[in-house]
Amino acid sequence: MTAIAETPAVEVRVRATPEERRSTVVGWVLISLSLYVFWAFVFGVDSTLDATFNLSFATDRFTDLSWVVNARVLSMVMAIGIFGLGIWRLTRQGLRYTNISIAIAFGLFSLAFLAWAAAGSQFSLVGMLRATVILSVVIVLGALTGLMCERVGVINIGIEGQLLASAFAAVVLSSAFGTVAGIVGALVTGGLLGLLLAWLTIRFRVDQIIAGVVINFLALGLTSLMSSRILSDVVDLNAPKRIPAIRIPVLAEIPVIGPMLFDHTYFVYGMFILVFAIHYGLFRTRWGLRSRSVGEHPKAADTAGINVYWVRYRNVVLGGCIAGWGGAFLGLAQVARFEENMTGGIGFIGLAAMIFGRWMPFGALGAGLVFGFSRAVQQKASILNIGVPSEFLLMLPYIVVIIVVAGVAGKTRPPAADGQPYIKQ
Amino acid sequence: MSDVKPEAAQEENPAPPEKDYQGMADRITGVGESLRRALILPTLALFLALLVGAVIIMLTDVDAWRRMADEPVAAIRDMLVGVWEAYRELFVGAFGSVRGISETLFTATPLILAGLAVAVGFKTGLFNIGARGQMLIAGLCSLWVALYVDLPAILHVPLAILAAVVGGGIWGGVAGFLKARTGAHEVITTIMLNFIAAFLVLYLLKSPLFQAEGSNAPLSEVIPESARLPTLFGTGFRVNIGLFLALGAVFFVYWLLYKSTIGFEFRAAGFSPSASLYAGMNVAFLYTAVMFLSGALAGLAGATMTLGLPPYAVSDNFAGNIGFDAIALALLGRSHPFGVLWSGLLFGVLITGGRAMQAGAGVSVDLVIVMQSLIIIFIAAPELVKTIFGVKSVDEGPTQLTTGWGA
Amino acid sequence: MALELHGITKRFPTVLANDDVSLTVAPGEIVAMLGENGAGKTTLMNVLFGLYTPDEGEVVVDGHPLELGDPGESIAAGLGMVHQHFMLVPVFTVSENVILGLEPTNGVGWINQKNARSLVTDISDRYGLSVDPAAMVEDTPVGVQQRVEIIKVLIRDARYIIFDEPTAVLTPQEVEEFFGIVRGLKEDGRGVIFISHKLDEALEIADRIVVLRDGKSVGEVDPSNTTKEQLAELMVGRPVDLVVHKEEAEPKDVVLRVQDLVVLDDRAHRTVDGMSFEVRAGEVVGIAGVQGNGQTELVESLTGMRTSLAGHVFVGDEDVTDMSPREIHKLGIAHVPEDRQESGLVLPFTVAENMVLDSYYDKPYSKGIQMDWAAALESADRLVEEYDVKASRVDTPVSNLSGGNQQKVIVAREFDRDVKLVIASQPTRGVDVGSIEYIHARIIEERDEGAAVLIVSSELDEVMALADRILVMFKGRVAGEFDGSATPTEIGLAMLGSGASNE
Repeated sequence: MTAIAETPAVEVRVRATPEERRSTVVGWVLISLSLYVFWAFVFGVDSTLDATFNLSFATDRFTDLSWVVNARVLSMVMAIGIFGLGIWRLTRQGLRYTNISIAIAFGLFSLAFLAWAAAGSQFSLVGMLRATVILSVVIVLGALTGLMCERVGVINIGIEGQLLASAFAAVVLSSAFGTVAGIVGALVTGGLLGLLLAWLTIRFRVDQIIAGVVINFLALGLTSLMSSRILSDVVDLNAPKRIPAIRIPVLAEIPVIGPMLFDHTYFVYGMFILVFAIHYGLFRTRWGLRSRSVGEHPKAADTAGINVYWVRYRNVVLGGCIAGWGGAFLGLAQVARFEENMTGGIGFIGLAAMIFGRWMPFGALGAGLVFGFSRAVQQKASILNIGVPSEFLLMLPYIVVIIVVAGVAGKTRPPAADGQPYIKQ
Repeated sequence: MSDVKPEAAQEENPAPPEKDYQGMADRITGVGESLRRALILPTLALFLALLVGAVIIMLTDVDAWRRMADEPVAAIRDMLVGVWEAYRELFVGAFGSVRGISETLFTATPLILAGLAVAVGFKTGLFNIGARGQMLIAGLCSLWVALYVDLPAILHVPLAILAAVVGGGIWGGVAGFLKARTGAHEVITTIMLNFIAAFLVLYLLKSPLFQAEGSNAPLSEVIPESARLPTLFGTGFRVNIGLFLALGAVFFVYWLLYKSTIGFEFRAAGFSPSASLYAGMNVAFLYTAVMFLSGALAGLAGATMTLGLPPYAVSDNFAGNIGFDAIALALLGRSHPFGVLWSGLLFGVLITGGRAMQAGAGVSVDLVIVMQSLIIIFIAAPELVKTIFGVKSVDEGPTQLTTGWGA
Repeated sequence: MALELHGITKRFPTVLANDDVSLTVAPGEIVAMLGENGAGKTTLMNVLFGLYTPDEGEVVVDGHPLELGDPGESIAAGLGMVHQHFMLVPVFTVSENVILGLEPTNGVGWINQKNARSLVTDISDRYGLSVDPAAMVEDTPVGVQQRVEIIKVLIRDARYIIFDEPTAVLTPQEVEEFFGIVRGLKEDGRGVIFISHKLDEALEIADRIVVLRDGKSVGEVDPSNTTKEQLAELMVGRPVDLVVHKEEAEPKDVVLRVQDLVVLDDRAHRTVDGMSFEVRAGEVVGIAGVQGNGQTELVESLTGMRTSLAGHVFVGDEDVTDMSPREIHKLGIAHVPEDRQESGLVLPFTVAENMVLDSYYDKPYSKGIQMDWAAALESADRLVEEYDVKASRVDTPVSNLSGGNQQKVIVAREFDRDVKLVIASQPTRGVDVGSIEYIHARIIEERDEGAAVLIVSSELDEVMALADRILVMFKGRVAGEFDGSATPTEIGLAMLGSGASNE
């Protein structure tokens, strides 16, 4: 090295910021992905084959809507789209659009995959879109539950247990006393487990993640126990009343979007309403401002005269009720019976959706739809019988979650006081 | 003048007492007070759970209740006798006979190993919920070696175990690596990996690679004798050398955490990643290494379930609920290796005794499940246990093990 | 009509923070409360404001007894507090922070944003506290944040206002402005309690001075006939040397050379934006400046804890720009970190374990893969003795030690070897006077033994006392360079970005 005395002009070496680096990595990943799509779905398909995507149900106003497209061409377009996204990430870097690029690329990839899978035959795209919404409900509600808790600074790992327990309550009570009882029971169960979480973490200052794990364990153990002892004997208690779908007039007639969004049970509509309500509640009302202050800077909230403990108790219980709504949907509408461990990890997928959605209600909705879509693809792919063993398809949603969490985490900002108990002296 | 009496001179300037530095090292090396706490808590929690269990037994004693109206005193005596008989069955079943002891130790072995896996993670500030997945993958690896490699037992068994250790280690290491590089929280990644592992095992056990001939179920071929873990007391009793593996692991983990250099780094990173960074430690590497180690320990547990469980054919659920129980064990034992050992033994007693209690006294084995749940609640709130027993201890502050989603 | 505290006692597990303290403040009176770090001033005010519940004692506000332990009650009774560490939510706007707790809403709880904004501008116009209601607090400079805190207090029409170490984050000019605001409050008929450890300021602004020491009130004095020395003696209990004794520096070769350094903070802002300077062996260079101008990130970058974006750092002949903390440490660089409890120590570890935090991986503490704890304990014993650390045993958790002793542990650990360069960031923050004296002396000693010393401190007094050469950091750059003859005013101007150098 030159002697210090001289001070030569040293070249200014600039290194990439972490955001830029991530953008670059994602860019290259997308480009490789597009190449894979080319190889697998474009050249892997006979160029003469058409894929027919049915866009309407027989019951729709505009029947026989379908989209016939050459499979290879469609996949090619998708591949080009992914490639373009990759180039975009390489040249215009920044965190904001990276997440959206990932989501869009995933969508394009899935469409190409479906084109390949459906080549030479037809399948109901609208059916799959509708299934996406249905399969994302529990995920979105789980994400909203997590969000309600984390926005006041409480990490809730126990969403899985809350969903499972409230599904059980809903099924049993609905079978015995009717749908209303089932729903009320589910809300109460979810809320009670939320109360337990709050009590353990606030009163006894138990580590929040441990408390959540305890709740999961409790819920799994008790529901399995009761299911094997009671439900196997008294089969009548596992037969909840049917929940009809409600078709919204006019809106449900819109091609494609109509059946996808406006022909569902009230649980689904409730989910949409909750997303809006929580969003505006958090950002426009007094309740929201105070709640968020507790999650970001509890001491500041305390000095402003806000009762931090009460706010945490209240929001965590409310969050539990939201999980109850999700459990009720799962037990009464989506599956319409109770099976041991029927949640199968969906609560954790909800957590991942919450993180992916940046702790925002609309983000949770979007992320939930993405995960729901992956589950719908998995379902469809098994039906389409494309030669991939079912177990690998079942793995798909979980792999997607890992990719998302690894790609997104670390650069996002949870509420500042997330996970820390508040200690008043 | 050299007339000064030596004794007088010594009285005026006594030599300072030799400081016992080796003794002082107790606190740093995880014995003494912290060990006491790690052993006391599980014992207290078990005692409490037995108490509550006794109440439940009494409450569900239908015959005694029928007698209550006419002969209350006799009825109560009946209840107490009922509890006595049930618990006698439990304890006799657990260690009243050679078979009992063998079963207890056999049950405890994988629990101890899995508990160690979770404890090691906790010590470094990581929450490994993926013991189940790591066990499954490890079990597969050992199964492959068992079925496809032809070696005399003296080499076959160690090789199969090694395969399990490496397989489990990799499965855990993946989560650690993701956390180190991307900040992805290990709670989510390990749970996802659990599901992926479960599906993988299901698929492979139904594939011609592993599936037993003529079977439609996910059940493997019976593994050859040369790969089976040798039993300790002959063919009548199930306890095998896995027990020594577990004990060895306990001592190894103890040495690692409290006496080795890298163990110091693990614990520092667990308490304060920022101070560890300041001290020059490579925290990212530590996270990966710890998750690998954790997975390897879970892998050992998996090996004991595939290579040591008669009739030596592996089904897709060989890991059972052990992954979850392991978390309870680690918490009960305060993440201290000897605490985990003691808790594992206690759990082994409960489970084995529970079976005996069902067979002998007709008390449902569900009771044991209830007691396990109670134990878990108690450990999740040491404050609760302390309040009940009025145990005063140095305020350690909240039992904070994790710090949110941030990397 | 007055604010009265009677016999307030507050115990914590390891210390008696307030011991039967009584105090009276009249409307229109400015009372300064002095005491060194740990004397109990903040605790007392937190009791008053309801953040702590006292074990004994009562508070009477204008004749009405105050319900203790509830900030809401204290606020309702007319008390307001501007905390040392601001109670502002960084991701909220200024107006959201101000209205938190008394939001203007319509029936359903919907917040009226326009109303909120005008509430803020009303007060800010009336009292001359200019702020932008729509700005996000985390984007505003510290001086503005303090004004927001004051607006929060005024919007609730507080009649007695407590300021906890308000001038710690201000430049000398801003301190004068701040005093103007305080005098305005006094004219308004409000009572003011002003907590500080800065003797000059108390003497200038207060009508009456109360001194706390070790949790007890040890005297009330009239500022017009007291001297700094007398106050210091009251605060510490013995005569205090207020001046750091040091010889003239004899700087030799350049040890540290920073060239066009650019560092990003966690939010990807260029907090260090092209910084260049040198430090020579045998001199102390002090970096002064209001906190938040990049000092933290600068030190992190110099010590390897944060990667830089551009520029170079040289130690001697070596380019250390991208080196890891351990490599830098091995070059003979001692780092006393800004946040000792967060980065400098592992709190649950024992004193001995913390003593070897920088050297555990090598002989004699580690033989290959195993640690030699006996050796570590013995060495810790020696260091505790040598560096005047008041710890009864070296195998107790370091969290049991006071702030000053914890800092001495770090100093002992870092200085106990051949040191070429010392980088000390806020070395005496939250430390008692005795330890401050000791640490300052030790730093000068290192300088005299030939080390290059870089001090970063937001306490201008400390920088001026220790440094042979002062650099002012403003918005990530060197905004001024001064030697020993500079006045606080000159330096203060540079801290605001509008001064030059006197060299």
